[in-house]
Formats: sequence, C-alpha cells, structure tokens
Amino acid sequence: MSAAGLLVQLLNGLADASSLFLLSAGLSLIFGVSRIVNFAHGSLYMLGAYVAYSILERIGGTPLGFWGSVLLAALAVGAIGAMIEIVVLRRIYRTPELFQLLATFAVSLIVKDAVLAIWGIEDLLGPRAPGLAGAISILGRRLPQYDAMLILIGVVVLAGLHLLLTRTRWGVLLRAATQDRDMVGALGVNQALLMTSVFCLGAFLAGLGGALQLPREPANAGIDITAIGDAFVVVVVGGLGSIPGAFLAAVLIAEIKALCIALGTIALPFGLTIAFPKFTLVAEFVVMAVVLVLRPWGLLGKPQAAAVSAGPPETPLAPAGRAQKWLASAVFVALLLLPLLAGGNSYAIVLAIDIFVGVLFATSLHFIMGPGGMHSFGHAAYFGLGAYASALLLKAAGLPMPVALLLSPLGGGLGALLFGWFCVRLSGVYLAMLTLAFGQIVWSIVLQWDDLTGGSNGIIGVWPSAWLASKTTYFYLALVVCAACVLAIRRILFSPFGFALRATRDSSLRSEAIGIDVRRIQWIAFIVAGAFCGLAGGLFAFSKGSISPETISVSRSIDGLVMVLLGGVQSLAGPVIGAASFLVLQDQVARDFEYWRAALGVLILILVLAFPGGLVGALRFRLRRA
Amino acid sequence: MSDSLLSVRSLTARYGAAQILFGIDLDLRAGEVVALMGRNGAGKSTTLKAIMGLLDQRSGDITFRDADISHLRPYEIARLGLGFVPEDRRVFSDLTVLENLEVGRRPARKNADGRLVDPWTPERLFELFPNLAEARRRAAGRMSGGEQQMLTVARTLMGNPYAILLDEPSEGVAPVIVDAMADMILALRSSGVAILLSEQNLPFASLVAARAYILERGEIRYSGSIDELRGNEEIRRAYLEV
Repeated sequence: MSAAGLLVQLLNGLADASSLFLLSAGLSLIFGVSRIVNFAHGSLYMLGAYVAYSILERIGGTPLGFWGSVLLAALAVGAIGAMIEIVVLRRIYRTPELFQLLATFAVSLIVKDAVLAIWGIEDLLGPRAPGLAGAISILGRRLPQYDAMLILIGVVVLAGLHLLLTRTRWGVLLRAATQDRDMVGALGVNQALLMTSVFCLGAFLAGLGGALQLPREPANAGIDITAIGDAFVVVVVGGLGSIPGAFLAAVLIAEIKALCIALGTIALPFGLTIAFPKFTLVAEFVVMAVVLVLRPWGLLGKPQAAAVSAGPPETPLAPAGRAQKWLASAVFVALLLLPLLAGGNSYAIVLAIDIFVGVLFATSLHFIMGPGGMHSFGHAAYFGLGAYASALLLKAAGLPMPVALLLSPLGGGLGALLFGWFCVRLSGVYLAMLTLAFGQIVWSIVLQWDDLTGGSNGIIGVWPSAWLASKTTYFYLALVVCAACVLAIRRILFSPFGFALRATRDSSLRSEAIGIDVRRIQWIAFIVAGAFCGLAGGLFAFSKGSISPETISVSRSIDGLVMVLLGGVQSLAGPVIGAASFLVLQDQVARDFEYWRAALGVLILILVLAFPGGLVGALRFRLRRA
Repeated sequence: MSDSLLSVRSLTARYGAAQILFGIDLDLRAGEVVALMGRNGAGKSTTLKAIMGLLDQRSGDITFRDADISHLRPYEIARLGLGFVPEDRRVFSDLTVLENLEVGRRPARKNADGRLVDPWTPERLFELFPNLAEARRRAAGRMSGGEQQMLTVARTLMGNPYAILLDEPSEGVAPVIVDAMADMILALRSSGVAILLSEQNLPFASLVAARAYILERGEIRYSGSIDELRGNEEIRRAYLEV
C-alpha cells in the first residue's frame, strides 16, 4: 500500500468520523443534562435522512437548495425532538433509568412504523451534492469532494458546540444542569425549557448527521438500529456527556477501521494470512473493550459516582407458599394435558412452545435484572449465541441434535463469560448501554460473517432428531426443560449465592464490607443467566427449524425487558406471567395489525407513563441528600 | 404590603412514608435575620427546602411578598426574589467561579417606587468575598470548603433576592471562615436582604440574628428573641444542647 493510498484512506476515515460524531454528539449532550439515554436517537438520525430525501426531491437541484434542504431537515428533526421531550420525556425524568430507556425505545418503535408508512420499505439514495460531485486528487489518488466537506462540517460543529457551551449563558446553564439540575432550578432557571432546548439541539445534530449521510448511504428503515449501536459505542468510549470525547472516539474508531481496510490482507510466514478488512466488524468492540478496561468512564469522561440506591429498599423475595406451589403444579399438569385437549398439531401447541422459550428467556433476564439489579439491554445476544451454537454444532460439526441442544447453554454462557467481565465493571445506565453495544456487536458479526453464519439468510434445516420431530413431543421437551430451568433459577436465588447477589444489588459498598466479592458474584450471575438464556435460544432454533440474525436483534432484547416489566421486576413469578401474557398479546395483535411495532410502542409508553414511579413500587427520586 | 416578607403557616412535609414536618408556622420580616435552630434531624433543612419548593410532598400556606408560593416550582419562587443557599455547598464544580455566578444571575429588581435597585455584580460580590476575586477563573471544585461556601452565597445573591434561605453556613468550615460568614450576614442585613438562617450553633446565631425559632422533631418548640434564649438554660438544654 502506497503512502498516498494510506493518506486517502485515512481522510476517508475522517469523513466517517464526522458522521459518527454528528450522530453521537447529540446523544452525549442529552445524556449529560437529562441523564436519559435517548434510545430514539438513531430514529432521529434516520428521520433526518428521510426528511432530507423528501425535501431534496423538491429543491435539491442547486447548491443552495441542497444545503438548504439539509438544514431544513435537521431543523425539522430538532422540532420533532423538542416535541418528544415535551410529550414523553418530561414526565419521566424522575423515574428509574430502565423506564426512561424503555420509553425512548417505544418512541423509536413508533418512529419506525411512521417511516415505513410514509416512505415505504425501499432503500432511498439521495442525490449527490451539486458542485461537490467530483473528487480531489491527492498524490494521484481521489478523495470525494463531499467527504472533504464532511470533514470540514465535523470540525465546524465541534468548534461551534465548544463555543456554545463555554461562551454563552445557555451553555453555562447547560453545564451547570449537567452537574446539579435541582440547584439550577433553585437559582431561578426554568429547567423544563432548558431540557427542551437541549433535546432540540441534540435531535438537530442527529438529523443533520442523517441528512448529510444521505448522498453516501441510502436511507432505509433499518439504519436507526445500526446508528444507535454505533452512537452508543462512540459515547461510551468517549465518555458519557463529553463532546470532545465523542469527537475523539469517533475519530479513533473510524481511523482504526480505515487502517484495517488500508492494510488489506497481509501474508505471514508459514502460509498464514491475516485479512485485516474483516477486523472492521469488530474494531468498535475492540476499541470499546480496551478503553473500558483502562478507563471505565471513557476517554474524556469523569469517573461515575458510586451508585446511590434511588428508592425504598426492595422487599425480600418470599419462597413460594403452599397455595403457590399447588397453583404452579396445577398449571403444569394442565399444560401436560394440553396436546390431548387442543390436538397435537394445533396452533395452540406452536404458540405454547414459543411461550416456553419466552418464559425461559425472560426468567434468565429477570435473574440478573431483578435480584441482580443489572439492567441488560442486550440479552438477545446470549439467546442468539445459544441458538447459533446449537445450529452450528448440528450443521457444521455434525453432532446429533440432542447433544447440540444440550451444548447450547455453552454458547450463551461463554458469551456472558466474555461480556459479563466488562459489564460488571460498570453499573446503572453505563452497564445497560454496554450490554446493548455487545448485543449489537454479536448481531453485526453474525450478520456479516457469511461463511459461518450464512449472513442475513441465516441457517436453515435446523430440525430436531426424528424421535423429537413431532410437535407434541417437542412441546413436552420444551415444557420440561423450561419448567426445570425456572425451578433451578428459583433454587439458585434462595441459595447463599442468591442472597449474596441480592446483597450486591442493595448495596455494593456494604456487600464488599462484609467480604462479598461483588464483581465476581455479578459476573457469575451474568454467566448463569447467559447459559439459561442460551438454552432458550437452542430450544428456539430447533422449534423453528431455521435461525437468522433476527434472533439476536435488539427488539428481542427489548421484548424480554417488556416481559419482565409487565410481570414485575421484583417478583419471581413475574417473568413467567409477563412472558406468557406478552406473547399471547403479541400473537393476537401482530397477526391482524400491520403497525404492531407502533402498537407495542404505545403499549410501552402507557405502561411507563401511567405508572411513572414504576410498576413494582412507587420509586421516586428525591432531592439529593433528602 | 404586610409586615411579613415571608410567612409560613401549617407547613408539613414528608419523605415517602416518613413525615418530617408537622405544621410549622414562621415569619420573616423585611431586612431581619432570623435563626431557625435545633439539633441534627430536627427538620431545619427540610423546612427550608419545603419553603423553596424542593420537596414534592409538602402542604401548608407559604406567602412571599403577598404572593402565594405554596404551589410554585423552585425556579418560579427564585424568580420572585427568594434565594436559597444549600447546606452542602452545591457549587457547580466543573464551572469557574465566574460561571457559577452567571448561573445565578437574574435581572435587577425594582423598588416599591419603581426605581431599579442596584443589582449584584461579580465585582460587587468580590468586594464582599475577596477570596473569590483571586479565584475567579478557577474551577469551583478546586476551591477550599470555606471558599465554596462563600461562592454558594454569592451565587444566590446574583439573583438579587429580597430574602435568602441560608442553610447551615457555619457547618464544617474553619473558624476563620465562620467569622467571615458572620460579617457577611451582617453586611447583607445592612444592605436590606432578609435572611432565614438554619443553624445549630447558638453563639454564631446570636452574633447575627435577633430572633430565633427552635425546631424539635418537626415542630416549632420556641419562638422569641435570641437574647431571651441565651438566658433560658432550660430551653437550651431541652432543645439545643447535646
């Protein structure tokens, strides 16, 4: 590779970094002040691209029209962001972060269906920027003029934000509110207005990023999820709330990817080769992992204060009473009879298998979320790893199906072993974002590693052995496995390990003081949850006969959260009841209703807004040191 | 305008299930310094926060300059000219001293006769707090505890308040700073700012305040002049001394 080629590749990387920065800066800004991780940020980015497309179609022919369209699109998205703040977020500033994440996720679901309804499912590629369609010649290589413009815009926005934050009263108020919102209010500043304006600015930046990316990448209804994954990684690496940090992280990640491409495939001695371009898939992950090990609070972030328990203490878990045990046994017996009553191949049996899988998935998530107090937004990763592990063991390694299924916990467990090691070093919302980022990374690796995973086509022909092939037999298998696992998880929660886990949730400081190795306990909990979840994934794979990257999608992680919340975070029966009712409900709605995503979004919003203090207890944040 | 600048009637407040205040009555007149006294946990800070609207669960009638403020948000109360200085030195530690002052800045207020009152400016405040002048571009988090305490007071003054709720200014600062605090309070009083001061330290309170209320378990147990309080050993022993 020549020096000129490398230079152009690096400049390309800078252009990518600019896009990443525009996307992430708003997220970081919003988080800094509101402490809300805006899950809908990727949706705002997507909206920017789509709105820009529509405006460009009309007036994008001239340079003035092009840049005017981009600006108008960004302003429109800014206005939408302000609206979202006023309608939804304003009501949930004092609720637990889990609810805030869910609410913003609900918004993203609604936006996605709105985009599909307005712009359809086709990819839309924007026009080239008039006057910037050419390329700049650098030592014989060509850099698109538009990329050069993007680099410039990134730097200008960084400088503009810096001036805004340090030289204006608004910026000073914003930085003050980042540190102590209530005190700013007591000094006569209208916080609500400040929040709305921050959201507006953050949304504007996301919209600008989306609009500017349109000539480079087509808009489709999937970019919201990839965008939010990228933005989370950038913000975590740069340090939550730090604008220069976001810039630095964006440059770092984009340049490492550019370098991987520039290096190409390098031949090593002994006939080995390293294909560096493949590393672009995991570059973000590696950067994030390294940064989090060395500086858990990000490159330019601040160490987080020890988590202060926000609400009244959780009530202790009660072992099942006599009545509960009878009820559970009765339900189990009734389920045993179901194939006889409903017919062996009926739809009820198929739905029931889905529910068993869902119950195990939700119960494993609940294990780390409720008693463990660690909110995982990437639980689908372990589900998918379990599913892919068993499918690959069957198809690629040629193991018999029962063995492949039995080994599926290994897939989820090993994933949790690796990711958990990083996750337990963080807490609260940082942990949630990291789990989400890991989930996205697994998803993107599976999606892009065609040779092994079949890419977006997935793996087909994942069927159970002949003796398990009938729906009825598989129903019994799923029922027994699911019931046994739920009981095992219960048993673990009432073991000394379970007590220790709950102690770490209630106060990590006090737990350490009495000799509990908090990180180790939490790490083990992660692995246990991952293993059970992997088994759920294995059951899922053999029940469907095929799997695709959708198995690992973020929406599955969120489904799990909704199941757990629906049932109640601090109740042991919660995930079971929550999963069952969620899946029945989804089955009923999704079958007849095109916009079921938006419907789910509205359901989540109602759940969150109607019970602003949380379903489980009237958790309320009070003035600090109240 | 009535005699009382700030009047509180039957104020109650609770944190979740725990009721902290059980019907507080108190008054602050224009230009006076009143001490709200009592032991740790008696409800002094809670009273000030409840007046300022910083607690959701409060009830009672609070009137400030003839306006009912019992249902207003903290920022609205601050804009009416009631300042609040928290006990735990909540400076914005990443911001410079000047930026901290900027957060507190509100427009100048008018007198009863409609003339603008000379507003507080950083320069005027630096005369009152010379230590701050030397550190004006320093991050607030890098200053000593006493300097931070002064900064919180100065920051609230930037809002040109008619009255200030001052929470435990003498707590946890060096004796030399305590003296400076007393001088500062007296200077403020002579400039016409009324102060409701929560305080445990009777000698300090008697340096600056003429009247005192004593709180015990969320109720007012004594109300009267501070000189009388100094002379009444029985009350002191019952409610103040440890």
